[in-house]
Amino acid sequence: MSNLVEIRDLRVAFDGVPVLHGIDLDVAPGEALGLVGESGCGKSVTWLAALGLLPSKARVTGSVRLGDTDLSGAPRSRLESVRGGRIAMIFQDPSSALNPVLKVGKQLCEALRLHRGLTGQAAQSEALRLMDMVGIPDARGRFTLYPHEFSGGQCQRLMIAMALAGEPDLLIADEPTTALDATIQAQILDLLSRLRAEMNMAMVFISHDLGAVAQVCERVCVMYAGRIVEQGAVGLLFDRPRHPYTRGLFDAIPRLYGPRAPLVPIPGTVPDPRRLPRGCAFAPRCSHARDFCQDERPSLLGQRDGRKLACAYPQPDPGLQEEQQRQREGLLQ
Amino acid sequence: MTALLEARDLVRVYHGRQGLFGSAVPVRAVDGVSLQVRPGETLGIVGESGSGKSTLGRMLLGIDAAQGGEVRFDGAPLPAAATPDWRALRGRMQMVYQDPLGALDRRLTIAAQIREPLDIHRIGSGAERAQRVEELMQAVGLRPDQADRYPHELSGGQRQRVVIARALATRPDLLVCDEPVSALDVSIQAQVVNLLRDLQAQTRLSMVFISHDLKVVRNLCDRVAVMYLGRIVEEGPAEELFADPKHPYTQALISSVPEPGRPLDGRVILQGEPPNPAKRPPGCAFHPRCSIATDICRGQVPDLRQVAARQTAACHHVTGAPASHAA
Repeated sequence: MSNLVEIRDLRVAFDGVPVLHGIDLDVAPGEALGLVGESGCGKSVTWLAALGLLPSKARVTGSVRLGDTDLSGAPRSRLESVRGGRIAMIFQDPSSALNPVLKVGKQLCEALRLHRGLTGQAAQSEALRLMDMVGIPDARGRFTLYPHEFSGGQCQRLMIAMALAGEPDLLIADEPTTALDATIQAQILDLLSRLRAEMNMAMVFISHDLGAVAQVCERVCVMYAGRIVEQGAVGLLFDRPRHPYTRGLFDAIPRLYGPRAPLVPIPGTVPDPRRLPRGCAFAPRCSHARDFCQDERPSLLGQRDGRKLACAYPQPDPGLQEEQQRQREGLLQ
Repeated sequence: MTALLEARDLVRVYHGRQGLFGSAVPVRAVDGVSLQVRPGETLGIVGESGSGKSTLGRMLLGIDAAQGGEVRFDGAPLPAAATPDWRALRGRMQMVYQDPLGALDRRLTIAAQIREPLDIHRIGSGAERAQRVEELMQAVGLRPDQADRYPHELSGGQRQRVVIARALATRPDLLVCDEPVSALDVSIQAQVVNLLRDLQAQTRLSMVFISHDLKVVRNLCDRVAVMYLGRIVEEGPAEELFADPKHPYTQALISSVPEPGRPLDGRVILQGEPPNPAKRPPGCAFHPRCSIATDICRGQVPDLRQVAARQTAACHHVTGAPASHAA
């Protein structure tokens, strides 16, 4: 099956400082991909760069293909036909992404006119259908309200409705639940999963919340300092993380169940992009780092279990060890 | 053991406005809250935005005056804000806010800021103050060479350490932390949570830890109070409350926390939004979102009462017996 989006060697530099160091990423049709990492790791910049949404001071190189269309360096008109159409994006703060002086119904109709050519009655009934679909109660009665008359969770629902207006093949959700309360966050995660299944739409879910990613994604990429350091199926990566950074992220989150032990933080802080370590960017914070890691940068390499990993001395894989154990026992018999 | 901090029936009413020219509408941000914090204990206060948890935190320190009820600190009523008595007492009770950059002065070095409370409360001689600043920086994990840095030269986690060091300068008995780790990345958040835990173990500091992050609260706090629309709806020891929440709201809140390895289905997903505090539903404020609400919930406000050995909850449908809330 061919990929919906293929990103190759995507690099971004702001004012000559590289912040993204060659990202290769594929999104299959209908797939839910999670991008996790801490602030400044490049998870949002990857998609802003891919869609040509970065300010002009950013230097972007590499290729981004959407089906047969090459988006890298594409003229504005071609990008605009893709953005909001085949690829839609929702952001962290819904209330600032909506136009405060336009009625929400009008904003939805505008999206429908731009991307699907619907006008008048057709646009209005489709807008109402979308509002119903994302769970806005009494859509007809609230069609002519302004964004400030909706709560944060409902504004995010409206943003999702607007993103769906173009019937996108891919929805990019950049920290869509971070600004919302816990109970509303659960509603939005539920809504996104349901809509993705119903519309057979691919989704890229950008988040620092590993729990949320685990719930809505099938595959995950963990990013650190502008590179992907580990990538694989959700179950595999979350049950048996092998990169010390992925492992560290899990150990650092407190748990809702089990004993209340002191947390295991990752020492130090994320490196300054202007002064990146020479070797592996994580080496200065890594308890497993050896001399090699200080000098040589590991490449992202495929592993036997299907994951990709960029680490010279990864955490042992219990599954692999068991298998080797079985093989040894088999030889003995 | 006697309580270090005791609040009784605290009430705070704001006057919101409906629309641009509308008449003032009273908003009961904190509506009859009572709580106790014992020496060396950490009390967690959780709730969604608009639940009144931050207002409550400020009231506990007297920054916002209580319009009803009373706060007692170390056995005596809290003096009125901005009086000399209150200022003197503030050395014993400090606050840590969510946004460290906003809480720090951009034009002062961090050593000067950590020292400021000592200057204000005239604690020690000049040399002793310098000595204390060094101790504090070491205690919160800042390097001595960072003393002359300015806030913008530090990372978010380091700035929060400065804020904590400054709050601890006067050796307070009580620290009120309002979302102290919410703005920090996961790996840094764990550093700061551990720091607070260690400091507390060393100094027998009491803490009120206000947060919407249930996982952090469970990890750090001895006792937890859950707030909904200005009232405490459930309170109990952290471990017991998280293992066996009694109030339907607490159950939903805990269930809504995404955890790796726990699937989406099977979770309790609350319908609707937290109601506007200006339009508090009659009876139990939670009844419009509650799956087990009946007539009594719509008409009568439930009182906080004992539901387990050390747990209280405000719900008409929770009885002392363990299985009765599973309706």
